[in-house]
Amino acid sequence: MVVATSSIGQRRYSPASANTIAMAHLLQRVAEERDREAFEELYGSFAPRVKAYMIRQGADPTTAEELAQETLMTVWRKAGLYSDTKGSATTWIFTIARNLRIDRLRREVPWQALPEGRDEEAADDQAPDEAVAERQRRHRVHEVLSELPSDQHQVVVLSYIEGLSHSEIAERLELPLGTVKSRMRLAYQKIRESVEDLK
Amino acid sequence: MKINHHPDASTLMSYAAGSLPEVLSAVVAAHIEVCPRCAAEVAEMERIGASLFERIEAVPMLEPALGANEKSSTQELAQLLDTRFAAEDPDESVLTRLLGRELSDVHWKRLGFGIWHHPIQLSPGTQGDLRLIKVAPGQVMPEHGHGGSELTLVLEGAYSDETGCYRTGDVSDLGDDVEHRPISDPSEGCICLIASEQKARFKDVVARIFQPLTGL
Ligand SMILES: [Zn+2]
Repeated sequence: MVVATSSIGQRRYSPASANTIAMAHLLQRVAEERDREAFEELYGSFAPRVKAYMIRQGADPTTAEELAQETLMTVWRKAGLYSDTKGSATTWIFTIARNLRIDRLRREVPWQALPEGRDEEAADDQAPDEAVAERQRRHRVHEVLSELPSDQHQVVVLSYIEGLSHSEIAERLELPLGTVKSRMRLAYQKIRESVEDLK
Repeated sequence: MKINHHPDASTLMSYAAGSLPEVLSAVVAAHIEVCPRCAAEVAEMERIGASLFERIEAVPMLEPALGANEKSSTQELAQLLDTRFAAEDPDESVLTRLLGRELSDVHWKRLGFGIWHHPIQLSPGTQGDLRLIKVAPGQVMPEHGHGGSELTLVLEGAYSDETGCYRTGDVSDLGDDVEHRPISDPSEGCICLIASEQKARFKDVVARIFQPLTGL
């Protein structure tokens, strides 16, 4: 609860585009040249955030450190599967961290879809300027999130960052399950509307 | 495949967040595999996660960088990852991976008149219930329980209830308090994958629908 409210209090939404581009370039250098320096920069930028994410999800600091390393190792190994046209580096790394966390929590889930499988399919019909649209889309998502009413923002954070199921959120906030679901839906509706013209 | 019924947006969001209970995630994963529309929604929803993740307050790593001074452990880790990724077969469907076999090779257990089931084991300690249900043509199906979330994916055939007709690929994601009496397709019957967040309910429900039948 402490974490959820504090994160609402200190929302900082800096324009992420410059950073997004830099990260995508680093990832490409890792993919194409197996560039160790680029990897270390990625590591410096993402590993502490993955570690923080794992702690917020309930991992102890040692496990969180381990999972952060494992996430970045996976980035190193699978960088070749990432392409700039497929989406932002952050989204890709987020999905890797998310899946590793699920794996660890559930100990090997054979059916868990890996992110790059779907990315590869999606990449077929994407034009090169899709990367620009992707950045715009991510920027809009940032903006909408920053403007969400706090009750909607709270359930979104509890779901994505604290890793709580809808039932757990309902229990924690002492709300009916239906209310949690409708707040999630309302938040998503705004995000969808904001990116509608980019499709 | 023409899909008319999809999981609720809040269900897909929870899936994208990685916080949907495992049994429900299994059903969503199987649906997404055949539903490009929901796959696209989930990709959109992953951006929300990335956006929040980007602004999380970082916690410094104890290890400054990978590989530089820990070559051996890095190699071990890489080997570990190699083994694990090698074990995954990307060509297998979600359902085949779930079942450990093809749907046609499932050993069905008879649950009652015109109805069979096959419970699916997930990780140890998983909450909830996941199973296949096979229903003969024109048969009343196990009703959804109430309380907690439940998802039903039609794998073969069809069924209908007050909310509509559910065919192959369709998902029913009904809220807590919807009373309904699904009936399987009169000529094909149906096979469904059903996940319930709460374990005990399923048997109660099955017992309840068979009460009137035993009185026949
Ligand atoms: Zn769908």
